[in-house]
Order: sequence, then structure tokens, then C-alpha cells
Amino acid sequence: MSVSGARVLLHALLLGAAAITLFPLLWMLSVSFMAGGEASAFPPPLLPAHGTLANYRQLFGQQNIGRYLTNSLSLAAMTTLLSLLLNSLAGYAFAKLRFRAREPLLRVLLAALVIPSQVAMLPLFLMMKWLGLVNTYAAVVVPAMAGIFGVFLVRQYALTIPDELLEAARIDGASELRIFTSIVLPALRPILVTLGVFTFLGSWNDFMWPLIVLTDQGLYTLPIALATLSREHVQDNELMMAGAVLTVLPVLALFLSLQRYYIRGILMGSVKG
Amino acid sequence: MRVGYAGWAFAAPALLIITVFFFVPVLSALIVSLTDFDLYALADIRNLRFVGLDNYRQLLHAPQFWRAVANTGYFVAVGVPLSLAASLASALLVNSRLAYFSAFFRTAFFAPVVTTLVAVAVVWRYLLHTRYGLINYALAHVGIHPIDWLGDPHWALPAIILFAVWKNFGYNMVIFMAALHSIPVDLYEAARLDGASRWQELGRITLPMLRPTLLLVSILTVAGYFQLFAEPYVMTQGGPLQSTVSVLYFMYEEGFKWWNLGSASAVAFLLFLMILAVTALQVRLTRDAQAR
Repeated sequence: MSVSGARVLLHALLLGAAAITLFPLLWMLSVSFMAGGEASAFPPPLLPAHGTLANYRQLFGQQNIGRYLTNSLSLAAMTTLLSLLLNSLAGYAFAKLRFRAREPLLRVLLAALVIPSQVAMLPLFLMMKWLGLVNTYAAVVVPAMAGIFGVFLVRQYALTIPDELLEAARIDGASELRIFTSIVLPALRPILVTLGVFTFLGSWNDFMWPLIVLTDQGLYTLPIALATLSREHVQDNELMMAGAVLTVLPVLALFLSLQRYYIRGILMGSVKG
Repeated sequence: MRVGYAGWAFAAPALLIITVFFFVPVLSALIVSLTDFDLYALADIRNLRFVGLDNYRQLLHAPQFWRAVANTGYFVAVGVPLSLAASLASALLVNSRLAYFSAFFRTAFFAPVVTTLVAVAVVWRYLLHTRYGLINYALAHVGIHPIDWLGDPHWALPAIILFAVWKNFGYNMVIFMAALHSIPVDLYEAARLDGASRWQELGRITLPMLRPTLLLVSILTVAGYFQLFAEPYVMTQGGPLQSTVSVLYFMYEEGFKWWNLGSASAVAFLLFLMILAVTALQVRLTRDAQAR
């Protein structure tokens, strides 16, 4: 095959694949602007006849979706901030500070990465119940405040900080906390952005655990609210699509603006150890 | 000395959280799985009895549990190879020297990965609708009669697999793309001097060089696919006729619908063992293939 023939075929395949991946998302957006019942036709319309915001108005008005949006946003923000703090402290310590039992601890943590989180879920629920934390934000935020993956991600990056830099600061009499805040944190900035995006997306998209511990409707996150809504309003496709848009759009925007950092996280996570 | 204390102090908060909210629950799960923890024990812990391996024994004799195992096995056995093939093919296409706009295509293929699973599952449920769904509409053009994707026990799981592959393949594509970049260019140049075709380059250089990545990616993907839950929860509620009940869905119902927490913990451990066993098998097969 000639080079130009190969090039045409290659781009035909690429465009076809991109159409398949993007179509459901674009169509979701289009249907969300359709009038009620408009999408329940055969053949299904691709674009709304007269674009309307009625579905969004109904979601914010009757369905109280603003509340769920706020819940999702504050839970994800709290989780991200707290876990950045704890994971960066621990990741730096495991990389650069010698302390007793550091190496064995590291090995235990690494080995524990193979345990699926669902194994812990039932006793964790009992623990939350016993602590009186079921149906509170704390039940979602507190267990997510630190994670093995996050500690390792920061550690891998912190290994590249030159020891001389830290030693020089120690000789100048800087406290360890001071060294952390004025030298280590700025050096870790790129990986903290990566971890922050990961944590925020993970928290926003999380489903099973919030479904279990947040049974009070006022505390629902967007995915839980959407799942509940979709069980009740099976026929209201246009309304559901508007709900899906509101759930997906914030994380998609965050990803598009910080794509480089997110992809680095995947690559570092896949070459663990 | 001072540094030693600082190290502990810095690591302690994260280690405390991980211990209390991960290690302790995992060990407790093992203990709970050996008891008859149920609604009565939840009301009053004195009703709790130690039952040894009874939960495990009962599960291994329960047809519903085996149904969930079989469904999950099907999802993994078909979904993982499909997903890896899509990831590898798209990585090769996007990475091609001839491709324009590769950054755009990479982002387009990756976009479904970051979307919220519940939201896009709702979208797909609609795409798969028997009467109004665009998928059946497209199939009608090639003469295929409408399929009741999510209402037919034979089609519900395949439909969920298609959805999962669409949602996930971009993740591994990114890993494959990085691995492709790290293959030395002179290998290809030498092959071309020897007159190798593109297909020979793919079979003799690219795929062998990707083998370590392939092993790693398949281990991670298998573990992920074993944890199927939200897709059936949103799209089919485990139906029709239990055809989409996964092991985790079974655990969720056992634990949080019927409050059989002892039995549900046993399910969680059996799932963990299944993942470990399949991972060991993958490592073993790869090693054998390399030895040959």
C-alpha cells in the first residue's frame, strides 16, 4: 500500500473510533435540550427540534439537584484537600526521612495494594455505625483521607528531591516542618496536582461506598441521586440526560484542563515499585 | 535522631487512617465471615455466634452464588481480552507516524474513562433501548431485527460488556502508548533495512517488546473487571433472570439488602481469592510463554 493510501485508511479508522467514543457523550448533551417525550420516537432524533432548558429547570426546581451538586462538590473538595496533606506528608517521609521500620512498612503497604477495597467495606460500615457516623459526610471523607496509592505516588516523586537541598536547610537550622513547607511542598507541586485530580475524580465518581453509608436523601451525591432518579423516572429520557450532563460535565472539564497531570498519574501508577 | 522522630510524625497520620479504616476492617472481615452476623446481631451483639467455615460451605452450595461467579467469569473472560485489544489497536493507530491530530484522538478515546459511570450507564441504557435506542436503529440498517438488549438474559451481559469496553479502553491505551514510545527506534530501522513488512514489524518487534506491559495491564484490568457492580446496579438491577448479578452485586444484596453480613464478608473474601488465583495464573502463563 502506498503511504498516502495507508494514511487515508489510518484516519478513517481513527475517525470511526472517535465517533464511537464521543457519540454517546454528544448525544447525551443534545437530548438534554429536547422537550419531554421528544426522544422517545423512532427513529430517535439526533438534534432537538426546539432547544429548551426545561429539563435543567425541572432538575434544579423539583428535583433539588443543586443540593446534590453541592454535596458532591464539597465531599470531593474536602477529600482532595485532606488526602493531599496526609499523603504528601507520608510519601515524603517514606522517601526521604529515615525512621524505624520504614522498609518493612513499605513492603506491607505495597503488598496490601492487591486487596480489593470491597473486602473492607462491610466491617467499615459496622465501624461507622458504631461510631454514629452513618449518614454523615465524615463516613465518606475520613476513610479516604489517606490511601496507599497516594502515598506511593508521592513517594516515587519525592525520591527525586536532592538530599543536599534538605541537608543544607538542616545545617541552616530549619525545622523539619519548615523544610517540608518551604522546600518539599514546592518541589512536589506537579505530583500534588496529579494526585489532586485523581482524588477529586475518584471521589466525584465514587458510587458503591456513598450508596451504602449515605442513605439520607439530603446527603446524596450526584451519582447516587442520578441512580435513584433513573430507577424512578425510567421513561423520562430527556430529564435523565440532563442529569447525566450535570454529573459528567464538571469532571470532564477538570480532566481536559489538567489532562497532562492526570495521564502522568496513570503512567506512574502502572510502574509501581 | 531528630529526623527519625520527624519521619514517624509525618508518616503517622496517613498510616493511622490506612490502619484503622483499611487494615482493621480487612482483618475484621475475615473474623465476621466466620460468624453468623445478621440483623439480630446488628441489633444486639450478644446474638452473634461463631460458625467456623459454615458461611463458606453454604455459599459453595448456593446456586445463586455460582450464578454470580459464572456471570462475573463471563464478564472477565470476554470483557478483558476485548478491552485490551481495543486499547492496543487504538494505541497503535494514535501512535502511528502517519497520524495527524494524535493529541485530539488520544483525548477523544480517553474521555469516557473520566466520565461518571452512573451517568454514562444511564446514557447507554437509553442507547440500548429496544424501541427507541440508536443501537437497534443502526442495526436495522444492516437488516438485524431489534434486540431487547437489557431485557433478554442472553444479551444483557454482552451489552454491559460493550458498555464497559467503551468506558475503559482509553485507560490502558495510554499505558500502551507510553510503552510503544520506549521501544528503541533503531530496532525498526534495522528491520526495514532487512526488508521487513509492517506486519512483520508488529509481530516480531512491537508485540514482543510490549509483553511486560501486556502482563501488567492484563493483571490490573482483570482485577478491575472482577469488581463489576455499578453497571448492573444502574442498567439491569441484576436482571433479567439473575443474568447480570455479579459477585459484588451478590455481596451488596446479601450484606445491605438482607443484612447477612457474615455471609457477605465470606463473599468478599472468595472474590479476593478468585482475583489472586487468576493473577497467579496469568503470571505463570506469561512465564511459560517466555521460557519457550
